[in-house]
Amino acid sequence: MIAYLGRRLIQSLLILLGVSLITFALLYLLPADPVRQIAGRSATPETVENIRRQLGLDQPFVVQYWHYLTRLIGGDLGRSYIQRSEVTELIVSRLPASLLLMVGAILCELAIGLTMGLVAAVKRGTATDQTLMVASFVGVSAPQFVVGLLLLYVFAVRLGWFPIGGYGSWRHLVLPSLTMGILGAGWYARMMRSSMIDVLRQDYMRTARAKGLARGAILFRHALPNAILPVVAMIGIDIGVFMGGIVVVESVFGWPGIGQLAWQAIQRVDIPIIMGVTLVSAFAIVLGNLLADIIAPFIDPRIKLR
Amino acid sequence: MRRFLASTVAASALALMLGMASARADDAVDPNVKQGGAITITYKDDVATLDPAIGYDWQNWSMIKSLFDGLMDYEPGTTKLKPDLAESYEISPDGKTFTFKLRHGVKFHNGREMTADDVKYSLDRVTNPKTQSPGAGFFGSIKGYDDVAAGKADSLSGVTVVDPYTIKFELVRPDATFLHVMAINFSHVVPKEEVEKYGADFGKHPVGTGAFKLAEWTLGQRIVFERNPDYWHKGLPHLDKITFEIGQEPIVALLRLQKGEIDVPGDGIPPAKFQEVMSDPEQKARVVVGGQLHTGYITMNTTMAPFDNVKVRQAVNMAINKDRIVQMINNRAVPANQPLPPSMPGYDKAFKGYAYDVAKAKALLAEAGHPDGFETQLFAMNTDPNPRIAQAIQQDLAAIGIKASIQSLAQANVIAAGGDKAGAPMIWSGGMAWIADFPDPSNFYGPILGCAGAVPGGWNWSWYCNKDLDAKAAEADSVVDPAKSADREKMWSAIYDKIMEDAPWAPVFNEQRFTLKSARMGGADNLYVDPVHIPINYDNVYVKDVQ
Repeated sequence: MIAYLGRRLIQSLLILLGVSLITFALLYLLPADPVRQIAGRSATPETVENIRRQLGLDQPFVVQYWHYLTRLIGGDLGRSYIQRSEVTELIVSRLPASLLLMVGAILCELAIGLTMGLVAAVKRGTATDQTLMVASFVGVSAPQFVVGLLLLYVFAVRLGWFPIGGYGSWRHLVLPSLTMGILGAGWYARMMRSSMIDVLRQDYMRTARAKGLARGAILFRHALPNAILPVVAMIGIDIGVFMGGIVVVESVFGWPGIGQLAWQAIQRVDIPIIMGVTLVSAFAIVLGNLLADIIAPFIDPRIKLR
Repeated sequence: MRRFLASTVAASALALMLGMASARADDAVDPNVKQGGAITITYKDDVATLDPAIGYDWQNWSMIKSLFDGLMDYEPGTTKLKPDLAESYEISPDGKTFTFKLRHGVKFHNGREMTADDVKYSLDRVTNPKTQSPGAGFFGSIKGYDDVAAGKADSLSGVTVVDPYTIKFELVRPDATFLHVMAINFSHVVPKEEVEKYGADFGKHPVGTGAFKLAEWTLGQRIVFERNPDYWHKGLPHLDKITFEIGQEPIVALLRLQKGEIDVPGDGIPPAKFQEVMSDPEQKARVVVGGQLHTGYITMNTTMAPFDNVKVRQAVNMAINKDRIVQMINNRAVPANQPLPPSMPGYDKAFKGYAYDVAKAKALLAEAGHPDGFETQLFAMNTDPNPRIAQAIQQDLAAIGIKASIQSLAQANVIAAGGDKAGAPMIWSGGMAWIADFPDPSNFYGPILGCAGAVPGGWNWSWYCNKDLDAKAAEADSVVDPAKSADREKMWSAIYDKIMEDAPWAPVFNEQRFTLKSARMGGADNLYVDPVHIPINYDNVYVKDVQ
């Protein structure tokens, strides 16, 4: 176990290093000059070169990357080119909002997805099953931008149940969580359905029925706990999908998280922020996967860590 | 760059410049307006900084104007210059020395009195390369600028503190635009002790002399301005508080306005909802329309074949159906025939430009040796409506045989392609187009049509460089004498007419501004399309429910 963890940690560090190198290289190759963005339209070529020198952007790629890396190890993500603030400060101020949204989205997708999957499995082959599976398919394929605006229009503007975007209370959290959750719910419904069908086919299920246990007891006491665990273990892997989703959903709902920060930074070639958010997201994804792998054997003893 | 300051209403700055003192102009305040109330404004993008030396965005431009003051300003809702922190000024007969007398008793938000030393410090700071100010270049006519810009000096030798209430500027050349430069945000006055206290984070802790002071800034969410009770301009501001909510999509902002939750959507009416808003009489009544010192244009790279042939460029000018493009964007603009927008001094009303004439365009193209047209590339920014406009241009060009493939890219990439001599044969400027920094015809020349801009990384995407016109431009800008302002404007008109003869651009339209406000907002209409304060003039508007 310890050896496994050690190996995985080293792997994770290598992945993060790789992500930082690739992102840095891509941003370096980008045919857009961040110095022009900083210097503005009225700048003389001398001013532009001066700023380039101050930021070290006149150095060769390897030197630039090395400087970034050494500062990164010291915990310094640099200063934003446009906002001129510490990137760490910008990310830290927005991280709680994104984490909150993630928790809300996970709750939504589990609640909706697991229920749909459970019902579909129990009603397998019926019209209910088919309807639910079509719905899950729609949920997976609907663009989040459209879903978000639709929910906003119906539940906030027309019905007035929730605030129209923004941040602050649990009521603000519902619609963005739901928008993110609908996508995941589609996947979870499908996984839950097959996992449940798998469990219902097992011999011990037949035994339980033969013993004359009530249908509810069979489903909720014996089948569900076994079917649900492998599905829930997927949450760690989900984080990657979330990181993509928050960019869109945070923009639609004016949710002040790191997705919004990243989107604005990309538009303005604000390289330190893009790097910072990418690394934080990569860290979250690596951590999520690691946790999912560590938890797996506890859920399913057939899995062994080696 | 994102931010482009707009201006309207023809006004001759020079009219004020008679080498003598000018009257105090505190009279614009309506004494009947009661002070009080709070409003909410929304923006989609973050406010990057509130440092006047650095901020150059759509959203922070006017916020900075409300937190800080400069020596000069404009009458609210107009482009008419007036002294602001200065009480009066004098210009030497040769147009190279400007002396400003400062107001007494103006206090920074920290309670200290502002003096001439602060003005000098602020200008030394903005021009210092370490500040990395996008506006440093505006101060190029001040003596000593080159040394400071090159890092050889810490202080502008041409700026002298005569006494605590007098400051003198010596210029290297007569500069007819200098009073505008003293009104631009980059010249606004900051207190040294606060800048030194916060260092690079001063932009998050702004302290100025302005009508409002910063009360709260929650990163990425909210900025709150509170009335400055000690504001030197008595009677202003009218509002007690302004809350800026950040990160709101324009469409969401519109929905919230309709629910009465906010007062002004800072990013305007989203294009997709424009028709809907304008066809509803109740909403339309709350829309204020104004001009904008903006021109949208197609650049043609004059150093690249076949656009090195003036006939080809003229043919393109005749091929573009501007009326159709204006219709496509719901008439949110007016067709353009020259670089200057109609409300800019120097705009040539008599100039007819190139009329839409496909047959003539084809004939010109044939004369240029391309009877069957040619293939080329048209670069455009990838946000709506620019790809649609690029397609319309593509169709117009196809009608005369020019097959243009569209390169729809992110803003920074288009800007980079334009600044590369071999980068882009044609660019549709939408989303990156020029909006004047101040209302003067010279502002449309240097960086975008002059030789100075035709350098790698520059903004002259046509790579048009006419040394003769450069000399004429310099000559026009040395006419500081207000009695000759009409002559100066004529000189500028002639420069732009000559440019159109060479046709490095095909001007397409001049955008109009449409500001939507809540029913409780009060104040003259021109405060809501203020040429300098965008989207609205925060210091002068008021709310009706406290009246």
